[in-house]
Amino acid sequence: MNGDGTAVRTHDITVRYGANVALRDVSIAVNFGQALGIVGPNGSGKSTLLKTIAGLLQPAGGELAVLGTDPRNLAPGSIAYVPQVEAVDWTFPATVWDVVSMGRFPRMRFWQRFGKRDREVVERALQAVNMIDLRDRHIAQLSGGQQQRVFLARAIAQEPQILLLDEPTTGVDAETEKALRKVVRGLVDDGLPVLMTTHDLDGVDEWFDRLLVIDRRVLALGTPREVVESGTYASIREHAHTHGHARTS
Amino acid sequence: MNALLVPFQYEFMQHAFVAALAVGLLCSTMGTYVVLRKLAFIGDGIAHASFAGIVIAYLRGIDYYVGAAVVAVLTALGIGFVHRRGNISLDTTIGVLFTGAFAFGVFLMSLQKNYAVDLQSFLFGDILGVGIGDLVLILVLGIAVAVATVILYRGLLYTSFDPVVAQASGIRSGAIEYALLVMLALTIIVALQSVGIVLVAALLVTPAAAAYQLTSRFTPMMTLSAILGTASTVGGLYLSFFLHGSSGATIVLLSTLLFFAAVGVKSARSAIARRS
Repeated sequence: MNGDGTAVRTHDITVRYGANVALRDVSIAVNFGQALGIVGPNGSGKSTLLKTIAGLLQPAGGELAVLGTDPRNLAPGSIAYVPQVEAVDWTFPATVWDVVSMGRFPRMRFWQRFGKRDREVVERALQAVNMIDLRDRHIAQLSGGQQQRVFLARAIAQEPQILLLDEPTTGVDAETEKALRKVVRGLVDDGLPVLMTTHDLDGVDEWFDRLLVIDRRVLALGTPREVVESGTYASIREHAHTHGHARTS
Repeated sequence: MNALLVPFQYEFMQHAFVAALAVGLLCSTMGTYVVLRKLAFIGDGIAHASFAGIVIAYLRGIDYYVGAAVVAVLTALGIGFVHRRGNISLDTTIGVLFTGAFAFGVFLMSLQKNYAVDLQSFLFGDILGVGIGDLVLILVLGIAVAVATVILYRGLLYTSFDPVVAQASGIRSGAIEYALLVMLALTIIVALQSVGIVLVAALLVTPAAAAYQLTSRFTPMMTLSAILGTASTVGGLYLSFFLHGSSGATIVLLSTLLFFAAVGVKSARSAIARRS
């Protein structure tokens, strides 16, 4: 791990999809115990940045260090990535408990049994997102907000060293958003570095310590207050309103 | 002797029952992944592709099933490679590669003036013709696939539900997909002898699809699929003895029947749930 407390550092990274440049010369740094919010218009590369840090996409140029190394070299279980809920088939034969248990899988060897500690961690994760009463419910019978909470619980059960969240507040009610925020802020206060995309620009100062505005390149990076006062935030906000809240890539 | 036990007194039937048990167990267990990963096409695809291997084996004078196995595994790896590198959907890739390999087999065969490959048994299987050597091959491949399934159980489960998150968390989704494709190729080769190209897809899909109607968790689904699959192969073989019909066709018809019974049970259950 880095001695300077930096969990994620990118230096001038460029990411391409074929001939298209999704991100250009993006340089950011996120410390342990810090939450970075990522905002930008649709197609601005918010999700691409998260996927690159998760090791799912390879940068075409620049330097990327997650916990001091290439994300693909990290020990299994280090990175927890929470995708948008549409990413999976919710008719899959699994209960809430089964899905959250998967968070334990990356660190388990095939001969190891799902033990007492694994069950305790899964239970605590379900309690943290207030889903313990629904542990035996089939995942097809969950609301969108409950699905989001199950995904967050799975990430917590993984006991990761870094948490990446892709628009977890999309399509959830105000109460769920508040509950998610409380859980994520609790993790950040315990020292976990968190990166999260959002197009919900209203709660940024409550969610994040730092705010990044991107549109394929970095437009602004600072505390939420600094970014809001810089005016970049306002232009993005206008953009978001005129273009609606459609899904991003 | 009891008339119902008659089938078991013939040695060829004893061999056939062992083969039916192994094939039923293997196909229906692997079928759970096939159904959940929406790969219904793969049984048909790899079985057809392996035809090229059979023709090559015939021309070279080696065992047909060795030829079939080699081509099936190569096709499976090719499917994985083209799918991942070309960013092309799996079902499209399967469709392209299997027809290509099948056509290659037909082409090689058409060059021969007089060919004597027993196509009938390849297309429809001949479980009654299973010898000791075939049984050994079936059991060895079957055990290999079963061991791989145990070792990769959690990785296969996680990547079947959410391959992207699994990969981000350090599970090697790509390697697991390749392993699954190879395991499926070997399963299909094992099943080929018993039920043939045309019907192999049914054994990979139907029992698991029936189990999916009746269960809502993964492990029970896999267990029930194995029970339904084995009931289909062993029961179908048993029935075919008395019906004097094709064993492969009877096996598949029985599994189809079980599938519709499962759909019926599911409908009845939800009707009752609605009323209460």
